[in-house]
Amino acid sequence: MLQKTSSGLDFLEQLAATGEGDSPLGCMQCGLCSASCPLGHAMEYPPRRLLLRAAAGQLDRLLKSPTLWMCVGCYLCSFRCPRGIELTDGLWPALRDRAMQAGIQPPTELQETFQNLLKYGNVLGKSPRQRLQWADGLDVPVLDLSKQPQPVEVLWIVGDYPSYYPRNQPVARAFARILTALGVRWGVLGTKECALGECDRMFGEEGLFEMLVEKNRQLLQGLQFKMIVVLDPHEFRAIEHYYPRYGMRYPVEHYVTFLANRLPELTARMVRSVEATVTYHDNCCVGRRYQCFDPPRALLGAIPGLKLVEMERNREDSLCCGGGGGGMWLDAHIVAHGGYRLSDERIKMAARTGAQILAVSCPFELSRFEDAAKVTGLEGKVQVRDIVELLAEAMDLVEKESV
Amino acid sequence: MKIAVVIRQVPDLIEPLEVDSTGKALDLSSAAFVLNESDDHALEQALLLKEKHGGSVTVLGIDFGDVDSSLYAAAAKGADQIIKLLWGDPNRTPPPQQAAPMYAEVLRPLGPDLVLVGVQAHDELDGVLPAELAVCLGWPYVGVVRGVQAANGKSLLVCKEFPGAVMAQFEVRLPAVLGILGAEQPPRYVPVSRIRAAMKTASIAEQQVAVPPEAVRVEVARLYPPAPTERAEMLTGSPEEVASRIAALLEEKGLLR
Amino acid sequence: MSASDILVLAETPRGNLSGMVAELLGAARSLATATGGQVIAVLLSNDGTPFVSGLQGADRIVLVNHPSLAEYSPLPFLAALQAVIQAQTPRAVLIGSTSIGWDIAPLLAARLNAPLALGCQQISIQDGQLAATCSLCGGKMLAEVRIQQAPAILMVLPGNFAPANTPGKAHLETFSPPVELSGGDSAGVVFRQWILPPPGDIDITTQTILVGVGRGIQQKENLEPIQQLAEILGGAVCASRPIVDQGWLPTTRQVGKSGMTVKPKLYLALGISGAPEHVEGMSGSDLIIAVNTDPKAPIFDIADYGVQMDLMDLVEPLTQAIQAKKAR
Repeated sequence: MLQKTSSGLDFLEQLAATGEGDSPLGCMQCGLCSASCPLGHAMEYPPRRLLLRAAAGQLDRLLKSPTLWMCVGCYLCSFRCPRGIELTDGLWPALRDRAMQAGIQPPTELQETFQNLLKYGNVLGKSPRQRLQWADGLDVPVLDLSKQPQPVEVLWIVGDYPSYYPRNQPVARAFARILTALGVRWGVLGTKECALGECDRMFGEEGLFEMLVEKNRQLLQGLQFKMIVVLDPHEFRAIEHYYPRYGMRYPVEHYVTFLANRLPELTARMVRSVEATVTYHDNCCVGRRYQCFDPPRALLGAIPGLKLVEMERNREDSLCCGGGGGGMWLDAHIVAHGGYRLSDERIKMAARTGAQILAVSCPFELSRFEDAAKVTGLEGKVQVRDIVELLAEAMDLVEKESV
Repeated sequence: MKIAVVIRQVPDLIEPLEVDSTGKALDLSSAAFVLNESDDHALEQALLLKEKHGGSVTVLGIDFGDVDSSLYAAAAKGADQIIKLLWGDPNRTPPPQQAAPMYAEVLRPLGPDLVLVGVQAHDELDGVLPAELAVCLGWPYVGVVRGVQAANGKSLLVCKEFPGAVMAQFEVRLPAVLGILGAEQPPRYVPVSRIRAAMKTASIAEQQVAVPPEAVRVEVARLYPPAPTERAEMLTGSPEEVASRIAALLEEKGLLR
Repeated sequence: MSASDILVLAETPRGNLSGMVAELLGAARSLATATGGQVIAVLLSNDGTPFVSGLQGADRIVLVNHPSLAEYSPLPFLAALQAVIQAQTPRAVLIGSTSIGWDIAPLLAARLNAPLALGCQQISIQDGQLAATCSLCGGKMLAEVRIQQAPAILMVLPGNFAPANTPGKAHLETFSPPVELSGGDSAGVVFRQWILPPPGDIDITTQTILVGVGRGIQQKENLEPIQQLAEILGGAVCASRPIVDQGWLPTTRQVGKSGMTVKPKLYLALGISGAPEHVEGMSGSDLIIAVNTDPKAPIFDIADYGVQMDLMDLVEPLTQAIQAKKAR
C-alpha cells in the first residue's frame, strides 16, 4: 500500500471520491501501468511514479513536468491495473486540472483547441454557421431538427471532424446515405450542433466540459428521438459515461454497434465486392474501454470480397493512434518529449500484415494514419479507410462525382 | 504600478460579415463578437507587468456584445477591477473619437500610471483608439508596442516594432498610453472553471458615461466585400493533380533550378 | 492655392528612406493633378539632405532639420509635422501604414481634430470631393469614404499605388518649426536605442523562393514537411504573425507589417488567410500561389494561382512532384 502523507492524501482521496474506478490509495506499485503505457518509457513520471509522487505529496513537481501532457487516453494502464484504479479517466485529468488551476499553461496547441471549443463549440475553430458544410452536394435529404423539430428514430450527432475536416466529410456523407438506405428516420442538429466535449474533460478542463454539457442540454431538451448515434468513440464515451452525471441520460450508440445491429439489412444491400486485404485498428475508447471488438469485424467480414487479417496488438492490446483525449493536439509536445508518434508505429504494424487497407472507426484516425503513412513511406502501400466508407462502397453508395 | 487596460468587442472574422440595409455599415445583428486580439495582448502585458513589479490591473470595456464574458475572463486571469461603461446604446460600439472621452472620463479619477490598449481593432476606419485616448488624456503615446519593462517608478522602457524584427526602444514617461501589438508572451489560457468562479466572486462595476457628440468627419458612402473578380486562377483536382500542375507551372517559369 | 496641395510624410527609419515614400508620392501626384495643387514631401530628421534625391517625385521638398529628429520619436515628429501642416494647409496628408504611420497619423488627426481614413487602397477626387477606398475587417470589407474637411489624414496601405517615376525638379526648402521639439511635452517619449534581431538566422528578404505559413498549419510539427518542401524548392520558410507569436518560428521569419517585406520570385502561401498586415509584406512577389481551405480567403484576391485544399494534403504530393521534376 502507498504510504499517505497529508498533502498527497487530500488529492488522492478527492480522486477516490469521484467514483472513477477503485481508490488510487490501493495502488501496490506493481508497475504494470508504466510498463503498459505506450509512452511510459519517455515520461519523466510514468503512471506508477505519478501515483507514488502524488501520494508523497510532491504534486508541485508533477504538475510542472512535461509528463503531464503526454497521456493520450488509451486506457491501457487502467485496463491492466490489477487494483482497478482508473488512471486514464481519473488520475490524469485530475492532475491536469490541478496544474491549470495553479496557473500552469498547457501546450499552446491545446490552449487553442480549448479556445476554439469555448468560442465556437468545435475543436477546429470553424464557423458554427458552416456546420452543415459536410452535406454540400449530398444526394439524400438532411433533416435539420433545430429548424424542423419532429420525432426521429436516430439523432445523429455528426461531430466536429466529420462536419468540417475535408478528409472526414465524405465519411459523414457516406454515413448519411447508409442511414437513408436502411430506411432509418434520422436528423441532425444542423448549425446548432455543438461539440459534446470529451477531450477537454480528459485534459482536465472540467469547466469547459461542463459548459458544453449545458449547451447540449439546451439543444437536446424537447427533441424526440429514440437514440443518439455518433461517429466519434470519444463522444460515445462522453454521453454514455459523463452526461448521466449531469442528469442527462440518453440511449447512445457508436456507429459500429448501431450498424452491426442491422447487419442483415446491410448485407442485403451489399451489391459490390471490395477486393482487398484489410486489417482493423481497434480504437481505444469504444474498443478497449467498452470491449467492442467483434462488431467492427462483423461489419468488415460481411463485405463481399474483403479479406480481414489481424495485426499484432489487436483487440484489448491495441496500440493507440496517439490522438485520444486531446492527444490530437499534442503531437508536437509528445514528439518533443517522447521522440516518436504512436500513429507512425501503428501503421507499420498494419503494413506488416500485408493488408492494402487499414480500416478505422474513429474520425481522428483517418488523418492521423494517412499522415503516418506519408511519414513512414507507406503512402500508396497502405490506404486508410473508415469502415463507413468501405460499407458505402459495398452498398454502391459512393460519392457520385467519384464514380 | 496602477495599470488600466481597455478591451473592445469586434466582429468575429471567422463568421461571414454582412452589410446592413443602409449599405454603409456592418450588419451587427448578424455578426458574432469576440475580444479584439491586440486588446487580449494588452491585458496579458498588463498582467505580466503586475506579476513582475506589483500593482493593480483595472480592465474597462464598453457595454456591447459579450463584454461581460471578456471582463470576467480578465478577472479570472488576475485583473483586480473590472468596469463596464454604459453609454446608452448597447447595440453598437462608438467610433474611437467618441469612445476616447468616455474612457477618459472613467480613467481620470482612477489615476492609472499606465493605460494599455490594443494598437488596432479591425473594424476601426477613421480613428485609432489608443492614440485618441492619449490625446484626450494629454499623455505620451507610443503604438505598435511589443514589450514593456518598468525602468523605474517614473518611466518605462518600451519596445516598438519595426520591419525586419527590429525594435526601437523608447523611454516613456508616466503616465502614458501604449498601443500594444503583442505582449511578451501569448495571452494565457484560463480554465473555464476559474472564469465561472470569477463570475461569482468578481463583480462588474457599471459606470454611466457622458456621451460626447459624434462628429462625422469621414462619411462612408458604401461598404462592401471586395469583388471576387481579379482573383486567383483556381487549380482543382486531387492533391496529386494539383501538385503536378504547380510543379509544371514552376518549371515553366524557370523556378525549378 | 494652398488647400489643394497634397503633403507626403517621408519616413527615414534607421537612416533609410522608406520604400513606401515613392508609392505615397505616386498617390499624391494623381491627387494633386486633380486638385490642381502641388505635391509636398516633408522629411523630418537631423539632416535631410542625403534623402533629397529620393524625393524628386514631389514639387516641393520641405526639410525640417533638428537634433531631436535624428531618430524617430512620436512626440517631436508629431510636433514638427503639425507645424508644417499648419503652415502649408494642405488638402490631404498621406502617411504610410507603417510602424511610424500608426503613431503619427492617428495622433495628428486627434490633435488637429482632422478626418482620418485608415487602410487606404485607392484615393481620388470625385465631384470635387476627396474619396478613398479603405480596407477594413482584415481585408474582408471595403469602405468607400468621402471627406470634405481639410486636411484629410490618409493612412495608405503599401502595394496599392504605382511609385512616382517622374523625377522632376523639386523645389527644396527648409522649415524651422516654431516650437521647441526637444523639451516640454516632447520629452515624454525618448528614443534610447535600436535593438536588432539576433544574427545567425537566414535573411528571408534575400531569398528568391519563400514558403509562407499561416494559422492554417494548425500544429507546430506540421512545419517539418513544409521545411522539407522549402528546401527542395531551394527556398526558405517564412510566416505570418500568429505563427511567430506562437513561438513556432523566430521573428526573423515574419513577413508583413511588423516583419519583413519580401519580394521573392515565388511566394507559396500555405494556410495564410491574407490579412492586409501580411499581404503588404509579400504582395510584391512575382508569383503568388495560395493554398487555403476557405474559398473566400482574401489571399486569393492577390494570388496568381489558388488551391482550395487543406495545405497538409498538398505538401507531400507537391514535394514529390517537384522532386520528380528536378530529378529529370
